Amino acid sequence: MKKLSARRRHPLAAVVVLLFALAVTGGLYAAFAPADTAKADDTAQSLAIEEGKKLYSVGCASCHGTGGQGTSDGPSLVGVGAAAVDFQVATGRMPLQQQGAQAPRKKAIYTQAEIDQLAAYIASLGAGPSVPTKNQYSPDGADIAKGGELFRTNCAQCHNFTGKGGALSNGKYAPSLEGVDPKHIYEAMQTGPQNMPSFPDTTMSEKNKKDIIAYLDTVNSDKTKSPGGLELGGLGPVSEGLFAWIFGLGALIAVAIWVAAHTAKAKKS
Amino acid sequence: MSSQDIPEETLPSTQGHAHEGAVATAGDPFADPGLPPHEPRMQDIDERAAKRSERVVAFLFMLSMLATVGFIAAYVTLPVDKNIYVFPIGHISALNFSLGLTLGVALFCIGAGAVHWARTLMSDVEVADDRHPIEAAPEVKAKVLADFKLGAEESGFGRRKLIRNTMFGALALVPLSGVMLLRDLGPLPGTKLRKTAWSEGKMLINQNTLQPLRPEDIAVGSLTFAMPEGMKEEDHDFQQEIAKAALMIVRLQPENIKDKQELDWSVDGIVAFSKICTHVGCPISLYEQQTHHVLCPCHQSTFDLADGGRVIFGPAGHALPQLRIKVNDKGYLEAMGDFAEPVGPAYWERG
Repeated sequence: MKKLSARRRHPLAAVVVLLFALAVTGGLYAAFAPADTAKADDTAQSLAIEEGKKLYSVGCASCHGTGGQGTSDGPSLVGVGAAAVDFQVATGRMPLQQQGAQAPRKKAIYTQAEIDQLAAYIASLGAGPSVPTKNQYSPDGADIAKGGELFRTNCAQCHNFTGKGGALSNGKYAPSLEGVDPKHIYEAMQTGPQNMPSFPDTTMSEKNKKDIIAYLDTVNSDKTKSPGGLELGGLGPVSEGLFAWIFGLGALIAVAIWVAAHTAKAKKS
Repeated sequence: MSSQDIPEETLPSTQGHAHEGAVATAGDPFADPGLPPHEPRMQDIDERAAKRSERVVAFLFMLSMLATVGFIAAYVTLPVDKNIYVFPIGHISALNFSLGLTLGVALFCIGAGAVHWARTLMSDVEVADDRHPIEAAPEVKAKVLADFKLGAEESGFGRRKLIRNTMFGALALVPLSGVMLLRDLGPLPGTKLRKTAWSEGKMLINQNTLQPLRPEDIAVGSLTFAMPEGMKEEDHDFQQEIAKAALMIVRLQPENIKDKQELDWSVDGIVAFSKICTHVGCPISLYEQQTHHVLCPCHQSTFDLADGGRVIFGPAGHALPQLRIKVNDKGYLEAMGDFAEPVGPAYWERG
């Protein structure tokens, strides 16, 4: 004890105390805070809505209201449909980590079975787009060239020509579409998550969506062939020109300086 | 730095001395020091070093030859669609990579060989070539002037006025043909920038499905692009016409529309705006459905589609032009005329 009190005026004492206090507070919170995922019973298909409601009450109700009617912290979920729930929760955007310009994509914290139950509950609140079937979003047999045209007309303004993403106003952004499940791309087009406008089947047919997914699968996936190599963000001439001017011309200048700095004389000065 | 390090003559006491009288000079202070003595290179002294340099240069030139052969071989043998992984570039077409590499080596080795040759083997003895006065010798000048005078007299330039004057006329008229060619910069655009392909009664055609749009197709929060009825992508002037007529259609809740004219020109909250930015004419359709803002990717001009397309940020000087629409008796959306103002950048047509 005497040893401890002798060090109480050490410059680092305040830091140590602060860290200790933070660790204790955090530890206590973790121990006593309500678990943010309730356990779902994935065998009870007929009770999906009931189970979904339970999950909703724990994980979502604080922002979206107890009946999905929405609060000042979150929009109403009546009529958004199962597709919107599947997109938002399965891409980890919901539950929201913190309020901000936009919910980022992160690791999903619910299992697919739990997501299906949540979706069933939200779909029961009001009619909305349902989760697409594999047949609807699979890129097999689609017209890739037509998909490219549709992508450039409808999507490229925000998501870049090859789906690399881009900036919007006030901290919002169009995310990169690299590695996004075709199902989630389909759902996003159908439901219009966050600030993205929706592209419903009435104005962009199911076939159109399939073509767009096939185009993205060709230009922005693991299978993508990049004949040029070193894409530099896929931004086109700006980043490529900058790279050529700085590194290409820079290397030539460095070689010229190296040549001039080395004398050819026998007697080195 | 201690006082011992300072050379004596720069110390104040020494300098004070010098200022009193004339500056101490050893002869002419601006005398030409001449060229420094020539220093030989190893190659000038040692024949074996020179031979070595020769071999290096020849090696570089031969490497260039081999690279050129490699370029031709790669071009002939490699398939166009073969992809390989190269560190640190990543996945790249094998053909592109080998063509670039071989051509690069071929060109670089010629340059490197030439530089090495010039620096080690070509003569590096310094040569001085003194300047000479520009003015010609007086007798040369006198002779040229006399010749000129004789020539003028012999040609009769001063005596035969008719020839002189017609020559002046011909020389003065020749540049006119150049001026006439400028006419091809025209004709003036006329009202082409004022008018678009929209006119009364033209249906709004969905650019995705090429079908006419009905109000019930367009959901709140959706974004649709439309072109006027009767335009085909194969048409000769399609690109020119769509560049002016491009239209984006969004649907808002009618109570969210703040501008009265915008509400009057809409159909149940469906509004049709020009897709061409009023700043320098970039296509804008970065639509944020929650804020109803449209952002231009070129210079970040932002327009509020819930408030008559008003500019809320950026360099654009005018609100986005809105197209007045209605539902026709078949239940399709159609235009009630052309845009009320010119679309795109602020041309003189705006008045």
